[in-house]
Amino acid sequence: MRRTALRVFYDGVGLLIFAVMIFPIYWMITTALKPGKEILSLDPYWFPAPVTLENFISAMQVPFFWNDVVNSLTVVLTVVGISIVISFLAAVAVARFGFRGRTAFIVMVIGVQMVPLNALVIPIYLLLDSVNQVDSLLGVIAYYLAVVLPFMVWTLRGFVHNIPVDLEEAAMVDGASRVGAFMRIVFPLVAPGLVATAIFGFIQAWNEYIIAYVLLSSSSKQTLTIWLASFTTQHGTDWGGLMAGATLTSLPVVVFFLLVQRRVTGGLTAGAVKG
Amino acid sequence: MRAAGSIGAASARTRSRVGASSLRSLVARKGLPYALIAPATVVIIGVLGWPLLDLLYLSTQHYGLRELFQHQGRFVGLQNFATILSDPQFRYVVEVTVIFTAVNVALSMTLATIIALLMERVSSFVRVLLGAGLVFVWATPVIPAIDLWQWMFDYEFGVINWLLTRIGAGNYIHHNWFENPLQGFTVITVVVVWGAIPFLALTLHAGLTQVPKELVEAAQIDGARAWQIFRNVTLPTLKPLLLVLLSLSTIWDFQVFNQVWVMLNQRPNENYFVISVFSFQESFRVSQYGLGSAVAVVMVALLMIISFFYVRQTVRSINEAGA
Repeated sequence: MRRTALRVFYDGVGLLIFAVMIFPIYWMITTALKPGKEILSLDPYWFPAPVTLENFISAMQVPFFWNDVVNSLTVVLTVVGISIVISFLAAVAVARFGFRGRTAFIVMVIGVQMVPLNALVIPIYLLLDSVNQVDSLLGVIAYYLAVVLPFMVWTLRGFVHNIPVDLEEAAMVDGASRVGAFMRIVFPLVAPGLVATAIFGFIQAWNEYIIAYVLLSSSSKQTLTIWLASFTTQHGTDWGGLMAGATLTSLPVVVFFLLVQRRVTGGLTAGAVKG
Repeated sequence: MRAAGSIGAASARTRSRVGASSLRSLVARKGLPYALIAPATVVIIGVLGWPLLDLLYLSTQHYGLRELFQHQGRFVGLQNFATILSDPQFRYVVEVTVIFTAVNVALSMTLATIIALLMERVSSFVRVLLGAGLVFVWATPVIPAIDLWQWMFDYEFGVINWLLTRIGAGNYIHHNWFENPLQGFTVITVVVVWGAIPFLALTLHAGLTQVPKELVEAAQIDGARAWQIFRNVTLPTLKPLLLVLLSLSTIWDFQVFNQVWVMLNQRPNENYFVISVFSFQESFRVSQYGLGSAVAVVMVALLMIISFFYVRQTVRSINEAGA
């Protein structure tokens, strides 16, 4: 009897925490779906009635929206395309070879993730300014590369490491060359990990704020995270539009994140969990 | 003589060819891992390492608007550091940052631990639901998340003000949360902690599944209370994970920038200058890049001390695992 009561109590607390955590997201989406007079109301409307898409439509009509979508995609896809190749090579080296300087490389990869971007943005800005590359996507791409690389190397290392070396060796006994064994045996097995890591790199680059904020000053060159500020003017904030814009910006990230979360997010705590 | 010479030369040639090929294979074998890490190393050192050194150099420069146009700073030694260290505003900045970090880390770690423990005790339906909710919050990008909290705390139509007034916590109609920095930082703390909980709670929950069931049962049979089991069985098993999460949280909360900057519409007043905001403000608003760099150097130095433990723990575990 007492056990059941305790279980019900725990369930109640669990549901309450769920409600508190998820409510802001619910509020963002429903606000985006409400007509203006329901948003600007002193007594909140808990459900959008009638549901309207006018906030989404007006958000997409904000100047430079599509422009900035293209910018975000250009930057992120370039970064992911290059970094997945570079990081995979490094991951193989770390997971499969013992070599002098390996620990130093690992220390660099882990340590560099702890360096705050807000500190580095000052020399980066001055550096790019002196070669007239401020306000160009190129500078941002170079920078994002270095931002996503360490994490990707680290995550991929885990994936490669988890594939038994015996498989490769068996293939080599059967006459495959080292490269052949790697391409035919290891690569197909690690491919899902590669996809997951690439998606996670996509998310990181898509969400980045401060570098894009400092480097990209003209509205035609900005990315979506910066574009969100355009809903706030001296006259106040267009909350419906902002919530619609925030929902639109979050959507691809949330979908992707749900796909890869279980596979990728263990990397940061690799040092503390037996794996 | 000629014949002997040519034979000698031929054998020397053969020998040298053998030497070259084994040398080549040696280079190929030994050099391969270096070739593989070379591109990553070049990018990381070129794009992060070089600016880091440059930051150190800039912190010894007087670098204002005029120098910005000339692309050339003026060397002033350690004067920038002397300036900020004697600046009462900088002292305020450091104090606020340290308090903010401590409060946020403590709150996120405590709440996450409670949620992780709770997830072990609820029915499976609630566990799945709560897990899914946490993943959704985790997935939400930080800038949209800040925007939505800004809307929830809006002074005029914010749902929080309505709720607080409604439940009788006082009159919060047209209450501006950011007039008083203590209240403003409370709001920012809510945003940071809300965003930090999912990763911490889910990781701790995963860690809890590694606590050996036999030990817990044995303790129960011996009559240990729930609190005793937590302290003497659960906590020691979780300790390495807790320490890693603690250092990661400290690193992240110490350099909080976006939550302050975006929440306050890119114009935070000086009460809200945490160290990263102060460094940014000095550089890009006041155009004192040298002073801003000096502040950033202090920030990086402090972070390196905190990171040391995390990096050591991670590297050690990898080397122990033999990979």
